[in-house]
Amino acid sequence: MPVQVIMPQLGESVVEGTVMQWLKAEGSAVERFEPLLAVNTDKVDTEIPSPAAGTLLRILVPEGETVRAGTVLAWIGQPGEAIGEEKPALSPAREGTTSKEKRKLGFISPVVARLAREHQVDLREVRGTGEGGRITKKDVLSYIEERNRAAPATPTAPWETPADGDLFRPVELPVTAAESSPQPARGRLIRLDPLRKAIAENLAASMRNAPHVTTMMEADMTRATAHRAAHRELFARDGVRLTFTAYFVSAIVTALKAYPVVNSSWTEEGILVHSQINIGMAVSLGDQGLIVPVIKNADGLSLLGLARTINDLAERTRLRRLQPDEVHGGTFTLTNHGTSGSLFATPVINQPQCGILGVGAIKKRVVVIEDMIAVRPMVYLSLTFDHRVVDGFTADGFLAKVVEALESW
Amino acid sequence: MPEITLIEAIRQALDEELARDDRVLVIGEDVGKRGGVFRATQGLYEKYGALRVFDSPLAEASIVGVGVGAALYGLRPVCEIQFADFIYPAFNQLISEVARMCYRTNGEWTVPMVIRAPYGGGVGGGLYHSQSVEAFFTHVPGLKVVIPSNPYDAKGLLKSAVRDPNPVLFFEPKKGYRLIRGEVPPGDYTVPIGPAQVSREGHDLSLFAYGMMHHYALEAAVQAAAEGISVEVVDLRTLLPVDRETILASVRKTGKALIVHEDTLTGGYGAEIAAIIASEAFTDLDAPVRRLCGPDVPAVPFSPSMQEWFMLNPERILREIRSLAAY
Repeated sequence: MPVQVIMPQLGESVVEGTVMQWLKAEGSAVERFEPLLAVNTDKVDTEIPSPAAGTLLRILVPEGETVRAGTVLAWIGQPGEAIGEEKPALSPAREGTTSKEKRKLGFISPVVARLAREHQVDLREVRGTGEGGRITKKDVLSYIEERNRAAPATPTAPWETPADGDLFRPVELPVTAAESSPQPARGRLIRLDPLRKAIAENLAASMRNAPHVTTMMEADMTRATAHRAAHRELFARDGVRLTFTAYFVSAIVTALKAYPVVNSSWTEEGILVHSQINIGMAVSLGDQGLIVPVIKNADGLSLLGLARTINDLAERTRLRRLQPDEVHGGTFTLTNHGTSGSLFATPVINQPQCGILGVGAIKKRVVVIEDMIAVRPMVYLSLTFDHRVVDGFTADGFLAKVVEALESW
Repeated sequence: MPEITLIEAIRQALDEELARDDRVLVIGEDVGKRGGVFRATQGLYEKYGALRVFDSPLAEASIVGVGVGAALYGLRPVCEIQFADFIYPAFNQLISEVARMCYRTNGEWTVPMVIRAPYGGGVGGGLYHSQSVEAFFTHVPGLKVVIPSNPYDAKGLLKSAVRDPNPVLFFEPKKGYRLIRGEVPPGDYTVPIGPAQVSREGHDLSLFAYGMMHHYALEAAVQAAAEGISVEVVDLRTLLPVDRETILASVRKTGKALIVHEDTLTGGYGAEIAAIIASEAFTDLDAPVRRLCGPDVPAVPFSPSMQEWFMLNPERILREIRSLAAY
């Protein structure tokens, strides 16, 4: 049965996407989850994996064309197989109805739709016993049970039966059967959206490839806080919100200039020291994930320029209005985990960079200055660095430079 | 364990709470010498005296108003509204003072009081002695609304209500006062305010009810079982705060929900349950959420045949069960 490739909704407010490149040609074979095409949305580039294994039967949307989310982009199936009508399916239940005999399914209740999707049930094969032949929840459950009895032995990967918990066990099953084969409840499966998938792949790859070491120091923010208080209003007159992020980026720039080797990437040929200083800043989208827009040539910007750029990038990130090139080309990353109350962390490097600086919450703490006890706004700085590129000595020197820059405003 | 009536369970709870805590008072029309029109306070005046159990004028605003004052002063008044139909003169006190006191004083003052009121029709009481009023109050944050369906819960919940630091409206299904009997252990126990109770397990559909309708729902479920339909019955017991978890767990199991209440349909309490199910268990639903409620007329009518038309009964609930099970 041919399967549709659909333009996914790549974010809550993203309604359309542009097909940038087909990575497979019509007629070529694809594996399930193999990257099939590259899509550009108003937020970011992404690759769309193939929903099934088979042959790319037909491409419906050529490169360069922009279509709404939900549009059918292509069909995947067996060679020579007839594909369905070339328009979006109205409901999952009606997908690909052409290859089999047509049957009117009637009303599909929410739970039936969900069970069919989770257990890959073709509802046309299920006998309906409800009102007017409607397929009920029980009908689907007994169909699944029947099917499992018919083909029991094949072990199924956990992701293939996401909802095989107690809740979904057919209610007709005798209790003893359940006791004799206890199945741990697997809970609820949250499907991966492209952003979550990209985050997962990037972070896992980073941890796998780069030996991470995190070193921590603290900085006294008294002077930066005073400077900010004195300049906030002035900046506001220019329409700029002066945040501590600008001070942190500025300090990173100073330290990168003093330790250019930190502004680099590991390659098999050697350490590639970048000529530009492009600072990525992690912007959280709450439970939607995280995007890292890049402040290009940060060393060419004044504090005002940095603050303005940070305001603009942060706002457009949250609105998902970034240009694709605005999330690429970073040479070092800043992540402000302090906004959610964290004091120190061990950030994961944003590849292929050498380091990432985590900034904790600025908190008033008791510190000893020249044998006197003082109350100062303090912050912990956590630098994670790629130990292939630099050693602790260099990393600590860099981090000390960041501290020095923050304390000398 | 002795089997007692619903009204006797309530009388016992009041008796034991009066004995346990000398801050507890009973205020209401005819609650003293006469022992209440339904005899819920029989013998209490003789036992605890006129300072603890006393008659009020026919003025519900003052019954509740006096209760608020007493509660703020550190006492634990149990106010009786003789019929829920008479609660409206006290509405302003209940909404503006009773419900808000804790919020208004930032938690410094609470109103530890209980307002008991018999509610419901089917007793030939006509327009002024038959109404269900719970929906007016389940809309009000700051109140707790409890409706027991059986003697065990009635006694245990009323004791919890008396001991609760915040106001509790306690509506009693008057038709069941002497009709519903059940085992009640002698002595002290409480039933917590909040949790609903699955009173009968089943897997074809979930039936949510409270008060007298829960009693009818159980009868209907027994008859449905004889026809091969397995009905899970949930006694909501506390309407505010509502026990979402129990409701949702039941619907997730059965996929079908029927809500039954005697109060009229539109804007009734069942709408809230239906909304919770629709918004939080949508992908578990195998049928539309159904409500079987009193018809939208201004009051329970007096004429016996018209009253019968108004009132739900086990047969009508059974018909709805059959229809929803077949869906």
